[in-house]
Amino acid sequence: MLLRHTPKEIIKRSALTISPAKTCQPIGAMYAALGVHSCLPHSHGSQGCCSYHRSALTRHYKDPIMAGTSSFTEGSCVFGGQANLLQGISNIFTIYEPDIIAVHTTCLSETIGDDVNQIVQKAKDDGKVPEGKKIIHCNTPSYVGSHVTGFSNMVAGIVKGLAASTGIKTNTINIIPGWVEPSDMREIKRIAKDMGISIVLFPDTSDVVDTPQTGKFKMYPDGGVTQKEMAITGDSKATLALGSFASEAGAKQLDISFKVPFKVLDIPIGLSATDRFIESLSSVAGVKVPDSFVAERGRLVDVITDMSQYFYGKKVALFGDPDQLIPLTEFLIDLNMKPVHMVSGTPGKKFMERIEEVSGDLFKTMNVQNGAQADMFLLHQWIKNEKPDLLIGNTYGKYIARDEGIPFVRMGFPILDRIGHSYFPTVGYSGGIRILEKMLDAILDHKDATCSEIEMELVL
Amino acid sequence: MDILQSRKKQVVRSNGQGMSIVCEKRSASGSVSQRACVFCGSRVVLYPIADALHIVHGPIGCAAYTWDIRGSVSSGPELHRLSFSTDLRETDIIFGGEKKLEAMLDELIDQYSPKAAFVYATCVVGVIGDDVAAICKKMTNKKKIPVIPVHSEGFKGTKKDGYQAACDAIACLVGTGSISGISPVSINIMGEFNLAGETWIIKEYFKKMGIEVITTMTGDGRVEELKRAHGAKLNVVQCSGSMMAIAKTMKEKYGIPFIRVSYFGIEDMADALYQIADYFKEQDRGIIERTEKLVRKEILDLNDQLEGYRQDLAGKKAAIYVGGAFKALSLIKALRHLGMKTVVVGSQTGNADDYKRLQALAEPGTIIVDDSNPVELASFVLEKDVDLFIGGVKERPIAYKLGIGFCDHNHERKIPLAGFAGMINFAKEVHKSVISPVWNLVPRRYHRAD
Repeated sequence: MLLRHTPKEIIKRSALTISPAKTCQPIGAMYAALGVHSCLPHSHGSQGCCSYHRSALTRHYKDPIMAGTSSFTEGSCVFGGQANLLQGISNIFTIYEPDIIAVHTTCLSETIGDDVNQIVQKAKDDGKVPEGKKIIHCNTPSYVGSHVTGFSNMVAGIVKGLAASTGIKTNTINIIPGWVEPSDMREIKRIAKDMGISIVLFPDTSDVVDTPQTGKFKMYPDGGVTQKEMAITGDSKATLALGSFASEAGAKQLDISFKVPFKVLDIPIGLSATDRFIESLSSVAGVKVPDSFVAERGRLVDVITDMSQYFYGKKVALFGDPDQLIPLTEFLIDLNMKPVHMVSGTPGKKFMERIEEVSGDLFKTMNVQNGAQADMFLLHQWIKNEKPDLLIGNTYGKYIARDEGIPFVRMGFPILDRIGHSYFPTVGYSGGIRILEKMLDAILDHKDATCSEIEMELVL
Repeated sequence: MDILQSRKKQVVRSNGQGMSIVCEKRSASGSVSQRACVFCGSRVVLYPIADALHIVHGPIGCAAYTWDIRGSVSSGPELHRLSFSTDLRETDIIFGGEKKLEAMLDELIDQYSPKAAFVYATCVVGVIGDDVAAICKKMTNKKKIPVIPVHSEGFKGTKKDGYQAACDAIACLVGTGSISGISPVSINIMGEFNLAGETWIIKEYFKKMGIEVITTMTGDGRVEELKRAHGAKLNVVQCSGSMMAIAKTMKEKYGIPFIRVSYFGIEDMADALYQIADYFKEQDRGIIERTEKLVRKEILDLNDQLEGYRQDLAGKKAAIYVGGAFKALSLIKALRHLGMKTVVVGSQTGNADDYKRLQALAEPGTIIVDDSNPVELASFVLEKDVDLFIGGVKERPIAYKLGIGFCDHNHERKIPLAGFAGMINFAKEVHKSVISPVWNLVPRRYHRAD
């Protein structure tokens, strides 16, 4: 047993995180920046940060992930990283020729007090930014928030750096999808298109991190929100921010800069959250929900009814990011399942409030923790005390699943050992069916593999 | 393709004249370098010590990204596969993280009773000035186990400097255990990390030769063994980049000589065993004969098995881009055994000597590159029209996008590639990727066939 070192008895810890259910801010900023067309993320810090983030994203997407680094030295720490960043900017525009550089900071550059805003201004003043090229940036000290807040900060940075307005309002809706997979972003665009609504979705990593095999290496793939699209977001009728943790800051920024009203919704995972998303989209855009969506919804409800007996009362342990966990918990409860244990390394009071809201009376019976020490170690200890029927989370759940013999569904970031997340959405009604399929496969495969011969049934 | 002006001297085309290459240079800021940091270097070297506690002192990322990503397997404890972090927050950055670290060590050592603890200092710890060494000293006294600081602040250099920091940490253990009862024919295996069980393959050879292995640095490593390492009569160093520092220290301090070897490929593996046998021929009269017998048998088995692969692979071209240049030498030779030609070769951290050897070994016209980036690598492999790319995690999807076969020779490999048995696995791995029918379906090859 790999996790034989986890004791059942829960010990109060004062100072440590064991096997985290989060990672640090910069990787979120890097992922968000990849959702901008012809944009090279740039990590202002030591070389390792950039290398780790690129490796982690590469493992998750199985696609090349490009990013530059300021390659800090001991000298940079003493004298500040300005010279590194200026040289970096100039090298990047000369050699890699992106349209945009998206700079994010690290714990190191933040602690020594580099002012990226001022450095970027200096780069412009010194003529290091060619005509028509842009530098956007955000602050992502690794000792604040988590990868989710890093994503959120870069989304706000994208708005600050690229959003604009012509002064003439349009019927376009801005949608900030949150930290979701390229497949989810593609599905949200499909939904809007089928509803006949013009949208700008940002960031948009579809066709960036899920590119087709072409025999060519493209430093900047075809996807990503374009500068041109961002330049009209200030004229849009409204912004829908999916997930308050990852998307609210960007929507707020658009409101502050261009008075674009916004609405924060859950990521449309599961039936109820998708209902709210479709309703909001239709009411904000002033369009009727097409019949095809009634049918789509009907198919999801049909699968739920067909298989409801297998969901009833099943206890679920889950971990991951707040914006995913909130609608997922709601969906599980809609299915008559029972979330029992939940951790998220991302801090923020709102998480607990929303989980309580969507869980209702069940909340009192649940173990829920986020922020400090809400790690995989704690989750495992809870599981040792009350064994669930299903575990849902990123790849790091596989140790617990194996040790405790629990069916396991991979959802979230990172997924290092399976594919599918890039290609099959979990948002929307059809995404709901995919979640059902994955949960049923896991639960029933486990049953088929472990039940007695008498209980073994052909037809389920 | 444009190569950054400041990088032009880091790329040469071999002409048999031994042109000089610039290396061991800091990466240009802004480059999409494939390199990592000091912390990364220390972490990968110490990680396989399975009965020690590895605590990453810093914000969460450094611990999260190095959590069980290296397949260094253990035959016993698995403590190294968990991730422990002080998870520093903003208040810690302002007021210092020392208290948190101390409390953490206190709790963890009581809970897990490890044989030793390594505390990795990350970038920000170096900047805020936590006295990691003082806390380690205090906890060593309090807990009666070695608590060792690893000075691996990321900005202090490259991955290589991290190797040095790791060696310094190991040096704290070496010399603190009893060396009684150690055979006069004994070695330490250095720079072998037991990826996919490779250490076990190598150890089996030594066992057959009658050699006692005191410790492996650090594959399937144990603290008690490391403490006795100074009792060995010879240090056998692979992956020279990571372990030369400690080999040199042990030579100065304990008078233990070292030799450099590689366990990849047929000649280098055989040569390693012969060198060691030769060293001990006075102490053990039968060792040469036993070694010859062992090598003969292994190679005989090997040759038959390799023949099939050779037929398919003969004439195919390869590109190599790996961490250390020393490994690239072995790979070129191993590829030759498969009938393959290396046309692009590079490393993240090679030194002048390594590159000199590479140039001597490489065929004329081979592109040799130091600290490369995806854009360069993509253009080199297309120019040379290679069939195989050997590299690590960040290179794999690039190769596949270009329609080129790939072999992971980095820490993500899933099968042992060391030793004679490893040569077969290597051939299999290369074969299964290079001759995969998928390449007939990809546009680049498809169009070429027209």
